[in-house]
Formats: sequence, structure tokens, C-alpha cells
Amino acid sequence: MDFQPTEDQQHLRAGVRDLLAGRYGREALRASVDAAAGGGAGAAAGVDRALWRELGGAGFFALRLPESEGGVGLGLPEAVLVFEEAGRALVPGPLVATHLAAGVVPGAADGTAVVTAFDLDGPLVAHLGDADAVLGAAAVPAGEPVRSVDPLTPLHRVAAAGDVSAYRATGALLTAALQLGSALRTVELAVRYAGEREQFGQPIGAFQAVKHLCARMLVRAEVARTAVYAAAVTGGPGEVAAAKLLADEAAVQGARDCLQVHGGMGFTWEADVHLHLKRAWVRAEQWRTAAQAQELLAEELLAEALLAEELPATA
Amino acid sequence: MDLTYTEEEQDFRARLRGWLAKVLPELPAKPSPDDWPGRRAYDLGWQRRLHEAGYAGLHWPVDAGGRGATPTQHLIFLEETERAGAPYVGANFVGLLHAGPTIAAEGTAEQRARWLPPVLRGDEVWCQGFSEPGAGSDLASLRTRAVRDGDDYVITGSKIWTSHAEVADWCELLVRTRPVGAEVPKHRGISWLAMPMDAPGVTVRPLRTLAGSAEFAEMFLDEVRVPVANRVGAENDGWRVTMVTLSFERGTAFVGEVVACRRTLGELARAAKANGRWDDPVLRRRLGRLYGEFGALWRLTQWNVSEAGRSAGGVPGIGGSVFKLAYSHARQELYDTAAEVLGAASLSLDEEWVLDRLSSLSYTIAAGTSQIQQNIVAERILGLPKGR
Repeated sequence: MDFQPTEDQQHLRAGVRDLLAGRYGREALRASVDAAAGGGAGAAAGVDRALWRELGGAGFFALRLPESEGGVGLGLPEAVLVFEEAGRALVPGPLVATHLAAGVVPGAADGTAVVTAFDLDGPLVAHLGDADAVLGAAAVPAGEPVRSVDPLTPLHRVAAAGDVSAYRATGALLTAALQLGSALRTVELAVRYAGEREQFGQPIGAFQAVKHLCARMLVRAEVARTAVYAAAVTGGPGEVAAAKLLADEAAVQGARDCLQVHGGMGFTWEADVHLHLKRAWVRAEQWRTAAQAQELLAEELLAEALLAEELPATA
Repeated sequence: MDLTYTEEEQDFRARLRGWLAKVLPELPAKPSPDDWPGRRAYDLGWQRRLHEAGYAGLHWPVDAGGRGATPTQHLIFLEETERAGAPYVGANFVGLLHAGPTIAAEGTAEQRARWLPPVLRGDEVWCQGFSEPGAGSDLASLRTRAVRDGDDYVITGSKIWTSHAEVADWCELLVRTRPVGAEVPKHRGISWLAMPMDAPGVTVRPLRTLAGSAEFAEMFLDEVRVPVANRVGAENDGWRVTMVTLSFERGTAFVGEVVACRRTLGELARAAKANGRWDDPVLRRRLGRLYGEFGALWRLTQWNVSEAGRSAGGVPGIGGSVFKLAYSHARQELYDTAAEVLGAASLSLDEEWVLDRLSSLSYTIAAGTSQIQQNIVAERILGLPKGR
């Protein structure tokens, strides 16, 4: 047993981090936020098609497709490392749905198509206006735009519904990986700010109150990290649900704590913290909510407990 | 990222399982928690069994009398013994997990030959004389004084929270061998000594915990003479030696307990199903959440163990602080949830869970409080500045 990422896996993650830092760094992120703001309050920016094709070219969507079908032939552990990096960089767009559509919807594998999914409870669909296809639906349905809390995740209200149950577990796991990346990034942002910002004649990171906020952020993120990686290795439904639950908490609470560490600056549009928080809120509603994850886990716990009762004690 | 066990590891697990199934039914009945001599005899009897079967000091180096097992084998050992309901190290805890590994790492050949075999054989019990009334979390400010007199140190002071002091043969004792001064920082004048508990001048007074039992004691030292030869490591270098000890403490102390908590959670689910509380979605979801969290904590132990396996010497790193913070809070949450399942029955000490609930309150305090652990995470892992 060696749970740590292999050397190849570490290289893969580092490579994706470099690629995203060059192609979608902070300036690109803020440019797309400004573009969204240009459309009026609450407007949201669409998918950058050029970036989408570059991600496709780098194997982002075809990562788990067999090589015989033009894919990269890697597995879920590699996919979660790649999605962790996308979450860290706050790359917008229906990354998970398009990845799941590779090999199913033409153009998804190489990023020439943008594919979204009915992954939210209720009538809302993300990125519908940019979508060439909707996972699990025969055609792209008509939708009424609604004002989205996240400037980089446009939302539409639709009447149609689709069945994504076949994709739910993997969708939840990859979304958890995005949340993990965001959680780890907000720890970095908080620690950097706490080391720079001075009050009362010293960096605020020297105060225990601030230190303990940061330490708890890291603890949540590290527990979520092991949950996400373990779920990627085993694929167990309970472990996937736990990964989503813990990564949602790490991302949402991490962004809130990061905002708190930033003080008044954290409440401004200029700080990136709100972008992490708003995206974390969106992802927490995608594929599997906290209540759904907890119910699934409770069911698994009870089944296991009742089974253990039937077995002799020495088994 | 590989969670499968090698053939060798699976083989090790199977043999251990077979052995446990054979010996556990032969064990005597468990003594009551208040019967200290009984607990000592019970725990050491189990240690003798382990020794005869070759499982004693599994993770100790071979040249110290151990088996030189890999961190993964040690993990399997702790997992399987807990799962089978075997006794935990109990009274032998300090010897096997703290003092022993410290002497193995820092002691001379004579010291290793004198103190290590009796711990492994189950002949001698150790306790830990670190904390003092004025030096708990701020351990380096300890004041128990040791003054050289010929070949002896003469020791005066007091210790507190000393588990197993009543039945211990030896104490791993931290003493001040150089007064704190302008040019001597407080952690640079401390030495690590092996003190015999029957030395004249040692008085042990049991302390009652909030759970009502005497789990630990105060220890008063009045001109106790300990040979200089009993010092492990150089004079005034005890702080570094202690850090070796603490890294062992934080790395492995809770592995079996995570397994035990997951079993408790299963019992809670069955109890909630039986008394109808399972139908309350708020409580049911809390149990589901805890199940997910303890599953993740088990994976975190595997993560830390495989990280230790890659590091030199297999010494657990400061990742242990991350684990302890998450685990100690989850454990308290578990027993608060148990009380919700039980309802008013949780007010009766006849329920086994109620004592566990009370004892879980110590987890965010013992072995470094959560606040100190958060400082460690913030300063040593995240690199935030030291300060107030």
C-alpha cells in the first residue's frame, strides 16, 4: 500500500498547473470577470471556446477515454488531480459535464463541443447558452436566463429535465476535486495575506485568532483531500458521497474563512475570494447535495451495521 | 495512489487474524477500570502473549529487539487487533510507544540492553513525567530541578497528569539541569532521565477525573537521587530527545481508535434503528456525515502511514497534528450524537457510551491541546510568523 501519488501522477498535476497558470492565470480570470460585469449587474460570462479547445488538446476531457478511442487512457485518480488544478485556477465552464461526455457526445473529447448537464436539482442549468449539447438529453432545450450569483457561471431556467443518474457518482467525484483545488487555493490566499498585512505593528498572521482560522482551513482541506483521493481509487459510492460532502464543506467554509482573514478587502469585488466562494456555492448544488450525500452515507452505514450484526464476532 | 495491500501484507494480516482468533478466547475477564493492579496484570499478560508470538514491538527496529515492521504492517496490526477486540497496549503504552522508541533512537548500548527487553517482554511498566502544574502546553517552562551530586542527580519538584504512575516501574522524566538565564533559552537546559518509581522521595497521589475514575496522578519528587548513567542523550539536550518521543506519540496513538469509532458508529445506527430515532432526518444525516468523516479519517491514517513509509526512518511527521485536530473533534461529535440517539438514557452512567462520552472530552486537551496543535499547523506547516 502506497497511498501517495506516484511520480507520474505528481508530474501530471504539475504539468496541468503550469498549463493553467500560463493560459488562465489571474489576469485572464479577472478579464473574464470584467467581461461578465460589462453585461450589467448579475450578468455572467460564457465559455472561452479557444481555451476549451486548448484544454481538449491537452487531454483534459479525453483523459479517461481508452487510447484505442483516441483518449489518454488514464483513470479516476489522474482525473481528480487534473480537476483539482482546474478548481484551483477557477477555470469556468461545464468542465465535468464535458469530461463525462467524452466518447458519448461528438466533439466533447477534443474540446470542440461544450457539453453541459442537468446536474442541479430543480429547473436551473448552468452554461446552457454556450452548450452544443446537454448530457442525457436529445437536444438543447430552450431556457430563460436568470441572474447568477457566480459571474462566471451563467444560469438558465428550463422546463425540460434529463436523466443523469448514470453519471452522478463520477460527476460528484470530479466536482469534489474542483472543490478541493479551490479549498487549497483559499488556504494559500489566506496565508499569503496574513503574512503581508500588518496591524498593531506586526503581520496579522502572528495573531492566534488568525492562525487558528488558517489552521482549521488546512485541516478541512487535508481531510477532504484524502477523501477525494481515496474515492478516486476505490470508486465506492459511500466514499464518493463523503468526498463530495467534505470537499463542499472545505471549499465553502474555506472561502468564507479566507474572506474573513482578508477583512474589509475580502468584501470587495477586487479580491478573488468572493469568486471562490460563489463557485463553491454553485458546485455544492451540483450532482449531489450535502443532504443527498448524508442520506446515502446513512443508508450505507445502516446496511453495514446490520450486516455486521449477522456475522459471527470473529469473522 | 494505491490502496491495495501486497501479497506479503495480506499474508501478514491473515496470520495475525488466525492467531487472534486462537488466543483471544483464552484471555481472562477484563478487570474493572478502578482496579489498577488488575489492569497492570491484564495488560502485561497480553504483552507476554504478543512477545511469545513474535508480535512485540512490531514497529521497533530489529537491533532494539523489535520486528522492524513497515509502517503499513504496523497499521494492519493496529487495525486487526482493534477489530478483533483485543486489548490495547494499556498500561504498557508509555513504554511501548514513547520511552522505548526514544531509548531505541537515542540511548547507549547499555541503556538499550537494560530497558528495552523488559518493555517488550511485558515485565516493566513506564509512565511519563513531562507535564507540571505550571508547565502543560508550555512544556519547556518546566521547573523540576536536577542538581549534580557526584554520580547522581538530586531531583526536586512535581509532575502532573501522569498516567499509570501508580503501577509504573520507571518514569521518563524531564528535568531542568541548567537554570534559565539571559543566555540560556528555557528549552536548552532540560535533560531526559529514566527514574525508578520506587526511589526514596517519590510520592504518587491519584487524581480523580471528571469521569469519576483515577486515570492519572500527581507525582511529588523530594530530593530523589537518580544516577547520571540514567540520562538518555546529552545533558541539557533533553528537549530534542523529547521531540523524538512526541513525534511517535502523535503519529501512531490513534490508529486503533479510528477503527473503534467506526464500530461504535455501527452500534449507534443499530440502536437508532431499534428505538425509532433513525426516522429523524436530522439525526440520521448527522450519523451519515460521521460515517463519511470517520471513513475519511481512516484514509488519512493510511495517507500518513504511507508518507512515513517514504520518509527516512519511518518517523511520523507533523501531519500527525492535522490528524489529531480532526480526529479529536470528530470523536467528541460522535459521542454527542450517541447521547442524542440515547435521549434521557444518556444521563445514566450504566450506559457504556456515557463514560466514553466523558472521556472523549480529554482528546482536545491531552498530547497537546487543539489550540497548540493549531499553532503547530499554522507555524510549521503553513509558515505563518510566530507571535502572540
